[in-house]
Parts: sequence; C-alpha cells; structure tokens
Amino acid sequence: MILPYPSRWRVAALGTILALAAGGAFADDDARIRPLNHSAWRQECSACHVAYPPQLLPAASWRAIMNGLDRHFGADASLDPQQRADILRFLETNAGRGSTGGKPLLRITKTRWFIHEHSEELPANIWSRPSVKSPANCIACHTAADRGDYGEQTLRLPQ
Amino acid sequence: MRLTLTAALLAVTVGAQAETPADFENRFATQAKQENPAFVGFSAEQGQRFYASTHGQKWSCASCHGRSPAAIGQHVATGKTLAPLAPAANPERFTRPDKVEKWFKRNCNEVLGRPCTAQEKGDVLTYLLTVR
Repeated sequence: MILPYPSRWRVAALGTILALAAGGAFADDDARIRPLNHSAWRQECSACHVAYPPQLLPAASWRAIMNGLDRHFGADASLDPQQRADILRFLETNAGRGSTGGKPLLRITKTRWFIHEHSEELPANIWSRPSVKSPANCIACHTAADRGDYGEQTLRLPQ
Repeated sequence: MRLTLTAALLAVTVGAQAETPADFENRFATQAKQENPAFVGFSAEQGQRFYASTHGQKWSCASCHGRSPAAIGQHVATGKTLAPLAPAANPERFTRPDKVEKWFKRNCNEVLGRPCTAQEKGDVLTYLLTVR
C-alpha cells in the first residue's frame, strides 16, 4: 500500500507545532513543510535542482537514490563517499515515515502526496511552460522553495 | 629535505584554498604535456567548438550553461537557473579545485560519455576566459 507522506494531517500538525513554537504567529497552511538545514545537503542537492525536503520520501527511497548517484535521473551526480554518507544520514534521520512497499519510489512527483497536492486549480499546460519545464522545478511556482517554504503566500504561477 | 617538506606542505595548503582560473590553465597545461608530448598550447576557438558540440550524444555544455557562458543558464532537465560559467561574469568560477574536479568529472561523463582530456579542459577554460 502506498502511504502519502507527509500526509495532510501530519503537515498540518507540524504547522501547529511550529505555530506554538513561534508564539502563534503562524499561517494556517497545510502545505507547509518544516524547513531544515544541513550544509552539505543544501550545497550539493541544490546544484541542479532545489534541495528537495527529506520529509517528502521515506528512508528506503533516499537510500536507493543515494546509492545510484552516478546515474541520477539520467545525470551523473556522483559525490565523494564521505559526503555521500553524511548527506544520506541527514536524509534518513528526517525522512518521511510512509512506505511505498516493495521497490522504493524514487520520484517525489509520483508520491500520492505530491499528486494530491497538485491535482486542483492548475492550468493544464503548467508543467510544459518554458519557465517551468518540469515538475522537478519547484521554485518556478514555489518562489521560496530554496528556503524550504512551499506555503501558499509565496506561490506564484508563472506565465 | 626540510625545504622540500615545507614546499610540499605549502602546496597542500594552497591547494585547499581559492585559486585563479590561470592556476587551472597552468595545471591543465602540465597535464596536457604529460598526456601528449606534442602538446603546443590551448585554443579558445577549439574550446568554443567543444563547448557548443554534442559530441555525437544528447547534450552539449551549452545545453545547461547556455549559448553564451556569460549569461545565466538553465538546467536542461530540471529547469533550475544556473549562475554564469564565464569567470568574467561570475568570479566564483574556477577558484575551487574540488569543485572544478567534481564538475568536469560529472559533466564530461554526461556530455561525452568519457572523462575529458587535459587538452579539452584547457581549451574550454581558455575559451571561457575570452568571454566578456
């Protein structure tokens, strides 16, 4: 069974926890993903795309991805072994808790959570616009994705 | 002996610090001489052709870094914007040996399906340094 991660309630719960931590000054926004920081992860994973939040895939998926960096979605993203291990530890520690069962899912865009979050109110050609190019290009619409902010306030659909 | 050791230590220390594109050009020239005793130097024209060519495969350097390496590029697969590659437009380029080595390894593998020769790296860098 494919579980969505983070599920809507879990993201909402995270938002509530953060809201409490921030003294209640937190927007009610169910697409909020807790921003994380890890310097090697941020630097290396953001070279060709936004550093995707670890919460969006389970640990088994991150292990499979980090074990195949020399053939990373058609590109060579190989790292030195020490850096690879350091980043993988961070991803595993903060991974989503769902399981895709069987073969680990490698694409965030194939998760039930992603499909659900992007199923409404989107122009049909949004992914193929030159300014967007690919669903992997989060920052084309989520303008603060590089800061880990996927909330609606910073969401802008480009032409 | 002590002098050699000091020089070696100094070289290691300097190696970890910022360098200039000229340092890389010199290093590629030394390597190119080792790879090919008939090496005569680098060519910006050859570098420009290399940069624009797909080498019989899918992508060229320009696929992601743009037709003009002084402009902002866009990753051909993910759409991410990439800072300019030419040092005149982006002074951070060709200053960190670890980064230069990592990206030549990855990108030569992707574009050519093999590592680049020192001649090829030097030609491309020589071309990039002519771009204003």
